[in-house]
Amino acid sequence: MSQISRRGLLKTGVAAGVLAATGMPLRAQGTRGGNLRLGLAGANTSDSWDGRTHSDSFMIMMAHGCVFDCLTEVGADGQLKGELAESWEASADAKTWTFKLRTGVTFHNGKPFGADDVIASLNMHTAEGAKSAAKPIVSSITEMTKVSDSEITFVLAAGNADFPFLLSDYHILMYPDGQIEEAIANGIGTGMYKVESFDPGVRATVSRVDSHYKDGTAGWFDSIEVVAINDSSARMNALMTGQVDAVNRVDFKTEPLMRANPNVNIFEVTGNQHFTFPMLTNLSPYDNLKVRQALKFAVNRQEMVDKVLLGHGAVANDHPIGPANQYYAADIEQNSYDPDRAKALLAEAGMDGLNIDLSASDAAFPGAVDAAQLYQASAKSAGINLNVVQEPADGYWSNVWLKKPWCACYWSGRATEDWMFSTAYESGVPWNDTAWENARFQELLISARAELDSDKRRDQYTEMQMLMSSEGGTVVPMYANYVDAHSTKLTNSGTIGNTFQMDNSRFMERWWFS
Amino acid sequence: MGAIAKIILQRLGLGLLTLLIVSIVIFTAVNMLPGDFAQLILGQGATPEAIASIREDLGLDRSPIVRYFEWLGGAVRGDLGSSFAQANFASFAGADTGSGLSSVAGQIAPRFANTMFLAGVTACIAVPLAVGLGILAALYRNSIFDRIANIFTLSSISSPEFFLAYILILFLAVLNPILPSLSNIYDGMAFSERLEKTLLPALTLTLVVTAHMMRMTRAAIINLLASPYIEMARLKGLSPMRVIVKHALPNALAPIINVIALNLAFLVTGVVVVEVVFVYPGIGQLFVDSVKIRDIPVVQACCLIFAAVYILLNLTADILSIISNPRLRHPK
Repeated sequence: MSQISRRGLLKTGVAAGVLAATGMPLRAQGTRGGNLRLGLAGANTSDSWDGRTHSDSFMIMMAHGCVFDCLTEVGADGQLKGELAESWEASADAKTWTFKLRTGVTFHNGKPFGADDVIASLNMHTAEGAKSAAKPIVSSITEMTKVSDSEITFVLAAGNADFPFLLSDYHILMYPDGQIEEAIANGIGTGMYKVESFDPGVRATVSRVDSHYKDGTAGWFDSIEVVAINDSSARMNALMTGQVDAVNRVDFKTEPLMRANPNVNIFEVTGNQHFTFPMLTNLSPYDNLKVRQALKFAVNRQEMVDKVLLGHGAVANDHPIGPANQYYAADIEQNSYDPDRAKALLAEAGMDGLNIDLSASDAAFPGAVDAAQLYQASAKSAGINLNVVQEPADGYWSNVWLKKPWCACYWSGRATEDWMFSTAYESGVPWNDTAWENARFQELLISARAELDSDKRRDQYTEMQMLMSSEGGTVVPMYANYVDAHSTKLTNSGTIGNTFQMDNSRFMERWWFS
Repeated sequence: MGAIAKIILQRLGLGLLTLLIVSIVIFTAVNMLPGDFAQLILGQGATPEAIASIREDLGLDRSPIVRYFEWLGGAVRGDLGSSFAQANFASFAGADTGSGLSSVAGQIAPRFANTMFLAGVTACIAVPLAVGLGILAALYRNSIFDRIANIFTLSSISSPEFFLAYILILFLAVLNPILPSLSNIYDGMAFSERLEKTLLPALTLTLVVTAHMMRMTRAAIINLLASPYIEMARLKGLSPMRVIVKHALPNALAPIINVIALNLAFLVTGVVVVEVVFVYPGIGQLFVDSVKIRDIPVVQACCLIFAAVYILLNLTADILSIISNPRLRHPK
């Protein structure tokens, strides 16, 4: 299976259908039945079925992995497959994309799904006054043309080889055209489960639709009850006492206790989620490359993984591309703790020691203040006097991040390299939290975006990761694992997705009672 | 009885004034917290344009004084406003989603009913238990029973609520799975199931409030036992139990009622931690969630409800103690 490159399939998604027809990949078949009970963190009283506002795990799982569908889906094995789209094809410059839609699909209220729904659903993100997180993706489409009810053509402003990938984003859900407000109010999608009840921030129940195009490959439970449990001890307790069958976000501190429980299994994946310390490279002293490099050698990454993540993570290398990315360059030189080298670099910069502030709060990521203090201790032997400024958690993202010269931050990572880079490291984008401007990097970013040749792309992305690692303005000490837990009554195909928690947030579709 | 009516009216007037002051304090306090709804709901994605746009939609760009008086005007007419959280700011043209949750009253009503249910169950256990223990402790004062009851109730009131909750979970849900640790009650649940799910949080709250009421019952009764009329009753040859229940208790009622009222008010307003630990969908959890996202209309309404409960229960306690005391009932 690994010989078939994901991008190879990308250009012509028809191949995916062929693979399925030949019976590859071989998957354990699930068994239908049962009522799944989930205890999930990440619920808010502001939750709604409006995909544009989704940002926390409860609604992400309820919507795109359960009640609604997207056009495409990232499989547990990391491969892109069609969801409401059956296949797709790109022009040579990756600017024009033609999508064939699945036929015979209906919404929960009986309305048939077609090209008009796709256009209306995408337009939601660019509507006047809409505050969609997926706006940059959708606004890259300059033209949408309905060829027939089951075929649609997109013309992009610039070539983008990742376009089908971007459409798997959990914000871009398919709503029924002309009934969007009703669908937002009541949760009317094309997903395998329809809404029975929904109390924002408290509880949701759904039941299986009678027939669905994913029958036989997903959707094994008859009904699902999801309880919002934001308090982590309560969530762990609920699983340990058997009142729910699975929980997300296992508390690292109680993880050993849960591991000791014979009825509970922990499942843990290293994905793209990473914690960062971005510095504004347009401000002194961070505009000095030697200073940035000295700081990269002044941090003990393994110590942070061991003490802040209690081992539930992996050492990162100062770039935002993670093991769940296709072109993750695992073999480039690893920045490691070397206080002497840091000292030498500072000397080269003509500095005898360095006094700097690092702003941190646990709002940035759990344990950020501890991580900053570890950084302080390890930087000391490099002659760097690092002062940890503890910032208030409230308003951290508005008042500290992007404002203070050096602070703590987290990124959940993106499914594709281009998406990640263009969100936070492209010249001039609002979230460029390191004020990173690098001509070579920018040039590579633009050319790799439209590159359909997988090998060439790999070279370009590897060079970009090396550039960021050696010269970039962010220190990325670690990837944080997604750690979730389930009762031993549940099982799955054996492959667990690593782009998001709870099996790519599609736990409800992909698991079953053994 | 005219005197009582006058007192009630006076107290209600004062209560309204208190509510007004509470609303000003809460409004100021929430506004002084760093970050507002727009910033918190957008989190890391808070671009200046998006923040400005949400603030404009919700009217947060206007001065706090204007917003306060607008809110007050609505509240006087019984309209508590609409919740920011469910205003669904991203929807087209701000259309109502029709879920009924966009109004503050619609969001709070079911949660408040749940909290009242929990408070009711707790009161049914705690009040008889505390008064009974108090009477027995007074009867057998300084005995082993008295000491044990005191030590037990005092140590339970001295522990933080979440600690008591975890102890109960450990013994009643984990080691001996008798009761569920998850109190996720919902509409349409059978009463017996609802009661079962509510039992653990109710027991936790019972442990928290019993000591106060029991100690007050005991102290009030013992205080009277030195009175000449009690001595007279004893000299008549009445049994100690009869002396306490028939003669001492009626005169000790006033302070006991006061303490019970205070504790009942605590059951409504002080449940925040317990509701979070047991995932009980009451007003306390709604309050915490709303403070987290600075949903000012909901926070305001919750605080007003808390304050009103305190004021009303205290008023009830005062009236009951007046009625229970002939000297206050017939002032010279």
